[in-house]
Amino acid sequence: MSENNNQENNNMERRELLKGLATVPVFGLFLLNLWQKMRRDAIKKSNILSNLVQENSEPAVIKGLSDSRHLNIGIIGYGGRGSHLIRGAGFATKGWTDTVAENAKKNKLDKQFETFMTQEDLNCSLIGVCDLFDVRANQGLDASINEIRPGGKPRSMATRYRHYTELLANDEIDAVIVATPDHWHARIAMDAAKAGKHVYCEKGLTRTFDEAIALHDIVKETGITFQLGHQNRQVEANEKAKQIIRQGLLGKINLVELATNRNSPWGAWVWNIHPKGNAKTIDWDTFQEPSPNKFPFGEEALKRFFRWRCWFDYGTGLSGDLLSHDFDAINQIMDLGIPKYASSTGGIYFYKDGRDVPDVWNATFEYPDKDLTVLYSATLSSNEPRGNRIMGHDATMQMGGQSGGGSIHGFIVTADSESTQYKERLEQGIINTKYPIYTYSPGSKQIDGVTSATSRYFANKGLLYTYREGKRVDPTHLHIKDWLDSIRSGSQPKCNIDVALHEAVTCHMATESYLQGRRIEWDPKKRALV
Amino acid sequence: MKNNLSGNDAYAGSQLNGIVILRVLIGWHFLYEGISKLINPYWSSAAYLLDSKWIFSSLAKTIVSNPTLLGISDFVNMWGLTLVGASLLLGLFSRYSALVGMGFVLLYYLFAPPFLGLEYSKPGEGSYIIVNKNLIEACALWVLYSFPTGHVIGLDRFFAKSESN
Repeated sequence: MSENNNQENNNMERRELLKGLATVPVFGLFLLNLWQKMRRDAIKKSNILSNLVQENSEPAVIKGLSDSRHLNIGIIGYGGRGSHLIRGAGFATKGWTDTVAENAKKNKLDKQFETFMTQEDLNCSLIGVCDLFDVRANQGLDASINEIRPGGKPRSMATRYRHYTELLANDEIDAVIVATPDHWHARIAMDAAKAGKHVYCEKGLTRTFDEAIALHDIVKETGITFQLGHQNRQVEANEKAKQIIRQGLLGKINLVELATNRNSPWGAWVWNIHPKGNAKTIDWDTFQEPSPNKFPFGEEALKRFFRWRCWFDYGTGLSGDLLSHDFDAINQIMDLGIPKYASSTGGIYFYKDGRDVPDVWNATFEYPDKDLTVLYSATLSSNEPRGNRIMGHDATMQMGGQSGGGSIHGFIVTADSESTQYKERLEQGIINTKYPIYTYSPGSKQIDGVTSATSRYFANKGLLYTYREGKRVDPTHLHIKDWLDSIRSGSQPKCNIDVALHEAVTCHMATESYLQGRRIEWDPKKRALV
Repeated sequence: MKNNLSGNDAYAGSQLNGIVILRVLIGWHFLYEGISKLINPYWSSAAYLLDSKWIFSSLAKTIVSNPTLLGISDFVNMWGLTLVGASLLLGLFSRYSALVGMGFVLLYYLFAPPFLGLEYSKPGEGSYIIVNKNLIEACALWVLYSFPTGHVIGLDRFFAKSESN
């Protein structure tokens, strides 16, 4: 009887234990599945990349170099771009700092103010401002003394110069930023180089081909430190892309497609005519001095002064403004140099406002020695984000322009279904053409308030923000820093005069093709367009 | 049917099995949601919060714009989901974790409810109007809270037993 009882008790206890632990096997099943999934993912990852991608760390932030020598800088052309460059050097107008500080209070995602204030102090002073429009010149002076800046109170207030030659005559100025319209770039930059000033020049390098060659040679002769304003050179994504292409992840590349899409009057250079712009506040005669066609001061002149990108008299439209950026980025990634042939076509199809530069424009560049065609396609009347594509036999790299995903200037690499390199892995199902084999999205854990269509355009191209040590920085600031650091150390900045010449000649070949209606050939021996 | 916390035979067999299976499945779901976030170094609650609509959208933006708050949000989500999941699956403290889990999914629901007129940038994985799977899962967890099973099938049984002893 007691034996029966014992057995019953044992049975009870066993049942108790079983009931208590009943779901533990399910937990084990879960862990088994989790382990299998993690192992599969790891094998997949290692198979896909199989030593192809060596994870290099991000570019180091060079510190301390700024302390070595204080530099005095001057700005020639304090307009929209000029003021951005000067902010990159650490000086902003009171109006700007107030506005962005206010914006940051209203919208917590707006990090412009924080990004500016946490910029490295570049140990320089803005001591000279030259602009042909009084309002902007005064803004430049205001920026030079605004105490709201990284690094605190500025050392001195800038002097205003009416003509750039007066600014260059100031011996205290070490370096100048040239952010005038393109038709003034070459003359100012060459005079600055001859005066021994280091030069940061905005893109496009020059208005004409001849000017580009002349400027290149003067910079070489004088040995000044020259930086062209392609801040994409500082963007981490481009360096990562370069590394991946070098490692052969894409296979043989025969076609590169670059695209510009904008769809707003601002994006089409229909910029505001400043209400205070008049014959007294604008030095119109000096403005149009180097341009082929002259106009008396009046309504037309005002339009041309404030919307100069719309005319070949002052710039080269899409070519110098936007192709130049995309070309320089692809030149940075693939070391292309100058193409053998260029041809382009387009027209003024949307903005029939008196401009003479095309608003829809397509160009092709041939590199027979590299078995490569580069295609550039631009429209100013559609915002469709096409992004840039580097198409290889084994995989395609899509940069920017991805819809959804929230990717800011990242890229994805997707295998090609007919790839030779990935054939086996495609057959085994390890690589799937529906999913990227490599994704690069910097700062993916960071969020920003870049909202307007135009700033999103730039952000997708990586022109607004990049990341260093996990912190968001403005590449324009890094580009100015690179230039100032190079001046101090005597090294070459990232967008030096040699790569600047690649950009200029390539863009001018395409512009000339449009203007002349024929294919343009580059003769590298004679350094001439044929 | 009686809702009796200590009775072993409070539920009929199929009732008990049904509720335990529900608990295990929801636990499994939570556990994997949590662990998949823990092992993904790129995961962040920011994308979800940024797309938040309705009454919590400004709170969501505050969290996203503050790295500390976002860090807390990420941490709470990753570990919260994992612990609730393990707890439901094993039947350990499962009554409380049902309540916590219900809080989680209700918040997910309220941060992005499928109401008329609210447009989300990411398309949902199904078709919903007012009712979505989050709301249903929250209700299922309410049921689990109201009809606890951990003390019958689960590790809670050992605690319930030692208490009654």
